[in-house]
Amino acid sequence: MDLVIPKIDALSLCPELVLSITAMLVLLVTVYLPKGRKDPAAYVGLLGIFIALMSLTLLWGKPRYAFNNMIMVDNFSIFFNMVILVTAALSILMSITYLKEEGMSHGEFYALILFSAVGMMFMTAGANLITIFLGLETMSISLYVLAGFLRDSNRSNESALKYLLLGAFSSAFLLYGIAFIYGATGTTDLKGISEFLSRATYMKDPMLLAGMGLLLVGFGFKIATVPFHMWTPDVYEGAPTSVTAFMSVGVKAAVFAAFVRVFSHALWDLQPDWNQLLWILAVLTMTLGNVIAIAQTNIKRMLAYSSIAHAGYIMMGMIASNELGTSSILFYMLAYAFTNLGAFGVVILFGRKGEGNLDIEDYSGMGFKYPVLGLLMAVFLFSLAGIPPTAGFVGKFYIFSAAVKAGYIWLAIIGVMNSLVSVYYYLRVTVMMYMKDPVKDLEGLHWSPSMIVALIIAVAGTLLIGIFPSPYLDLAKQSVLHLM
Amino acid sequence: MPSDYFPVFVFLLIAVGFPVMIIALSSIVGPRKPSPEKLMPYECGVDPIGSARKRLSVKFYIVAMLFVVFDIEAIFLYPWAVIFKDLGVFGVVEMGLFIVILFVGLIYAWKKGVLEWE
Amino acid sequence: MIPLSYYLVLSAILFTIGVVGVLVRRNAIMIFMAIELMLNAVNLSFVAIGKHLDSLDGQVFVFFVMAVAAAEVAVGLAIIVNLSRNKETINVDEINIMKW
Repeated sequence: MDLVIPKIDALSLCPELVLSITAMLVLLVTVYLPKGRKDPAAYVGLLGIFIALMSLTLLWGKPRYAFNNMIMVDNFSIFFNMVILVTAALSILMSITYLKEEGMSHGEFYALILFSAVGMMFMTAGANLITIFLGLETMSISLYVLAGFLRDSNRSNESALKYLLLGAFSSAFLLYGIAFIYGATGTTDLKGISEFLSRATYMKDPMLLAGMGLLLVGFGFKIATVPFHMWTPDVYEGAPTSVTAFMSVGVKAAVFAAFVRVFSHALWDLQPDWNQLLWILAVLTMTLGNVIAIAQTNIKRMLAYSSIAHAGYIMMGMIASNELGTSSILFYMLAYAFTNLGAFGVVILFGRKGEGNLDIEDYSGMGFKYPVLGLLMAVFLFSLAGIPPTAGFVGKFYIFSAAVKAGYIWLAIIGVMNSLVSVYYYLRVTVMMYMKDPVKDLEGLHWSPSMIVALIIAVAGTLLIGIFPSPYLDLAKQSVLHLM
Repeated sequence: MPSDYFPVFVFLLIAVGFPVMIIALSSIVGPRKPSPEKLMPYECGVDPIGSARKRLSVKFYIVAMLFVVFDIEAIFLYPWAVIFKDLGVFGVVEMGLFIVILFVGLIYAWKKGVLEWE
Repeated sequence: MIPLSYYLVLSAILFTIGVVGVLVRRNAIMIFMAIELMLNAVNLSFVAIGKHLDSLDGQVFVFFVMAVAAAEVAVGLAIIVNLSRNKETINVDEINIMKW
């Protein structure tokens, strides 16, 4: 057999390499730091993310395959990687004081965030099902540990166990799907699969269809679509809040990137088959997420259901499956990243050690007691609800118009109705903050510099994208232009 | 369209039906004559000593886990070892990188005091 | 020569036993073992398909799956050990501070 030595194109992997090396460095730095003073580990991590972000911009606009078609570096993956890196950076900034308050200030936390981000980046850039699977597992295994990071807290333990069991369960389904696709098409290469399918005359190979279904289940679990969403509220509620913030944005971005690459490109010829399934899933996801969110009393749980609903909106972009649809997914992800991270940032800042101040009731009167924090929370909630002039509004607008343009009028109508429902529970928190008297003593809020930086970035992003959306929309459109 | 999924359905039916059938059959047909010897936990044929529910130090667990992780990584060495002559310098460098990454993990474990058994 | 379909049916049966195990068992470690069974069922598929197609991709994939499974076991057992220290149980029905 001929031995092909792959061309080592380290430059195209530069961001991932920088991040991996930083993560290992953080791990080594942290064992030499004195106990309880692990902040330098976080700063090393932030520096690594910054360098990775810079190197990412160098790769923009030069789409290419690398490592024997294992990796695809195009604007699509770069855009998602930027979202992921920003998410990781903001999560680290939010964690520094939070971990100290919880008495769990360990450097390993930052290393795990970075490793998880590396996994996400490999998922977005994966041009082969092997790369996508490995990226997914790197991301997930780090997140299992992160979810259980507060190891003395029963809730955190429980969250980690549930995430682990259901995550591993879903990975097995995804893997079985990959095995079937490999069996039916003879390759795990995404380009190879799409070439095989475009040549094939007989599309009803049961192995292929079963593989597609299993892949759908696997991806569905990871992005929490109904009916594979059961784990989400428990995991999001029990995990440390900064990890919840990281998970809710990062995992969605990475898995949606891989989802789009596999379904909208490799399995494009099966589009009539998966489109109907996705239509049903999207409607169920939006509706159930929004309706159950209304009944929640815990703010983290409410945001968990809201993130399920948002996954449903994003799926509309996939169903539209035109250029506008795909670019609107990218744009929505960017808007959602800043907004959701900001909302969780406020929850972290307002929360207390253990499970303090996490009920929606606790927010009553907060708007007058802490005007700045109240205003920030209101902006983020408005953006989640999709009220102008915030990023969330523009994002929803483009997703819905993509659906209408592709002829899915009913889907768009259901989406709009759902966003109306969601306004109710987002505004309920705002009403609590401004129109109710405090039910308990709201004392001891301390703003740490890192948290202030994180919140400023989040609110600036939310408003900037909302008021001047066109440069970001152009960026998203350019990102899908060379999609291979 | 739904009829296209018929073979998948048949496949599913066999896959689910067979285990169910086997489990059901073994519980219906299989004779059940428990005796003290049969119910005894199997410990290589020797009479078991003490309770199996005894607690072990968690240290065993950490060492075992280190072993599992490093042991499994060795599977990547086997295919490499078979053809490393053909791979030349490239193979050595690549495997060197792989080992360095594992080594970082080992240093971390070492510094954390996992390898000490006091 | 044993035809490919035999391997695939065997793999499907093993996978289903794994799925049933996950759904029926209540002990976290048992559930975990059932998941490992599912992964190994898939490995069987990969090897069989790889041999059938005369391509190495399938076997390479199995290497990666094994390595990933080992990492998952290390992390998973750590989580379960930690849980049993805090709660004195690994029965998933009793792990229910938050409603499912």
